[in-house]
Amino acid sequence: MANKFLEISKVGIEFPTANGPFTALKDVDFSINEGEFVSIIGHSGCGKSTVLNIIAGLYQATYGGVILEGKEVNAPGPDRAVVFQSHALMPWLTVYDNVALGVEKVFKGQKTKAEMKSWVEHNLALVKMDHAMRKMPHEISGGMKQRVGIARCLAMQPKVMLMDEPFGALDALTRANLQDSVMEIQKELNTTVVLITHDVDEAVLMSDKIVMMSNGPAAKVGELLEVDLPRPRERVALSKNEQFNYYRQQVLSFLYEKKGVVDFNSAKQQSDKQLKAKQQDSNNDGDETIADKAS
Amino acid sequence: MTVPANTSEVASSNVDIIMRKFSDTLRSFDLKTAVYPFLGIVIFLFFWNVAASRIDTSLGQFPGPAQVYQQSVTLIEEHLAEQLKAEAFYERQEKRNAKKLAKNPDAKIKVRKYTGKETFLDQIFTSLKTVLFGFFIASAIAIPLGIICGLSDAVYKGMNPLIQIFKPVSPLAWLPLITMVVSALYVSEDPYFEKSFLNSAFTVALCCLWPTLINTAVGVANVDKDLLNVSRVIQLSALTHVRKIILPASVPMIFTGLRLSLATGWMVLIAAEMLSQNPGLGKFVWDEFQNGSSNSLSRIMVAVVVIGLIGFALDRIILMAQRFVSWDKQAVLR
Ligand SMILES: Nc1ncnc2c1ncn2[C@@H]1O[C@H](COP(=O)(O)OP(=O)(O)O)[C@@H](O)[C@H]1O
Ligand SMILES: [Mg+2]
Repeated sequence: MANKFLEISKVGIEFPTANGPFTALKDVDFSINEGEFVSIIGHSGCGKSTVLNIIAGLYQATYGGVILEGKEVNAPGPDRAVVFQSHALMPWLTVYDNVALGVEKVFKGQKTKAEMKSWVEHNLALVKMDHAMRKMPHEISGGMKQRVGIARCLAMQPKVMLMDEPFGALDALTRANLQDSVMEIQKELNTTVVLITHDVDEAVLMSDKIVMMSNGPAAKVGELLEVDLPRPRERVALSKNEQFNYYRQQVLSFLYEKKGVVDFNSAKQQSDKQLKAKQQDSNNDGDETIADKAS
Repeated sequence: MTVPANTSEVASSNVDIIMRKFSDTLRSFDLKTAVYPFLGIVIFLFFWNVAASRIDTSLGQFPGPAQVYQQSVTLIEEHLAEQLKAEAFYERQEKRNAKKLAKNPDAKIKVRKYTGKETFLDQIFTSLKTVLFGFFIASAIAIPLGIICGLSDAVYKGMNPLIQIFKPVSPLAWLPLITMVVSALYVSEDPYFEKSFLNSAFTVALCCLWPTLINTAVGVANVDKDLLNVSRVIQLSALTHVRKIILPASVPMIFTGLRLSLATGWMVLIAAEMLSQNPGLGKFVWDEFQNGSSNSLSRIMVAVVVIGLIGFALDRIILMAQRFVSWDKQAVLR
């Protein structure tokens, strides 16, 4: 943790609702190194997307903040480009134009028209979609759309690529293909990636580090797991790998056995806080010890 | 190439081909698209005929399809006759002026407009011009305003009470006010537009405003959130954002608004013309009613059918425009 490339620092968020503010996240705290592939895993509704949206600048954290290369960021920008689960391609633009939309804005004044064109084509080739440049989004399959979404993101040369369950809506085979493509590209470009997932295999297969989130409300980081497996990773070989299965078991155990632990801690903290207001600061160490154990 | 033995064989093979083609077309004929509408019209005409023959009014029997058809022919003939008169008038005028100039090259010549009776076809043309002019004014205001309302919650909340209050007001209630304002403000020696034309057009515009404004605002406000987020991540400029994201995304809703607007505008125009005696189809209907000849009801009925057909055609034209503009060529447009 020498150079903290991206720091999520004590982030908390409250959403205004009809029954008063709803605390979705509280004290979410972790950091990411440059070139690292980090997954955030947790049960549905725990606040994974909210974390990603805060990093992207699409949501404003109520407490804490996000620091990228030493500077706080709190507005969206192409340096933290997002791949959306719903692919979010403009249905009225061709595959090429969807990618070009970002390129034309980001490289305005830096690249000539011809350079932009070849840059768009290069990125589409990277995700193996250069054959369908002139197609409309409704003419290509779901997996292909997601490839284009990834190309659009990569083409902006983001410092961090944020992916919100990008493979969630795809069938198993397409998903496996796309996972391999993303790993390949990430290795080649050394992009920093934050991937949101609820798929344990996906998290272990793809990540250098897994951030496990406790259940909401007031979700926080439960455990951190460093995945130390050599790359390139090959899913068939890994399925028999002991180390891989150990990591897998660790994540499964967090999700299905210990999922309450952090909540119990925080619940205890709450009651402690009410009883002994003076000691509330020292009680915060609880989850850090868990995180330390994991890493 | 084999030469057929006799002519009858050639004939029969030709008949064969024709028959086959005929049965092919019959089979490919979609019942729903052609036969049913046709049947519907035939049945309607039958009941109309039966009902008309039983209704006696003070202006004679209610016209059936046959009388109405006959009057439509008469109306066209009247128009052609009027055109001939106009031509003759201009010819005479030209000759007179030419003679004057021949006598004295510095003579002031007058070119007068032919002021004959406005025929049915003239009135159709006037009404069309008026409705389109009013519709374009309204759209030019309503679409940009709707986009701003859809983009900004504050503007929408500010505008909403005004929209809700003015929307249900029949534009006919505005008509006297518009008439007075136009005659007060539009003073010109050589007016490009007639005042009556502007009165009707502004009345139309006033009722064309709301459906387009509301639908555009709703369309813009409901653009897919993910697409908006993409735009924010890319940091598109406001103008590019509207042009590349907001407008294409809300095209279907904008056009829904435009179609509603034009339909109501057309209905209101006829009423406004009847009420204010401004030239147009409404005036034609009113004049015929006041006229009260034995043919009047038939002539009014012709106008009714024509008003309907034009309303239908206007709607189709907007649909075609939508097909042309919209990215979604698959969308089922009704
Ligand atoms: N804009 C919002 N307004 C109110 N509540 C929200 C909003 N976004 C998310 N939430 C709430 O925050 C919690 C976390 O949501 P989310 O981050 O989407 O979960 P996940 O992505 O892990 O499934 C949920 O309880 C959700 O209802
Ligand atoms: Mg989510």
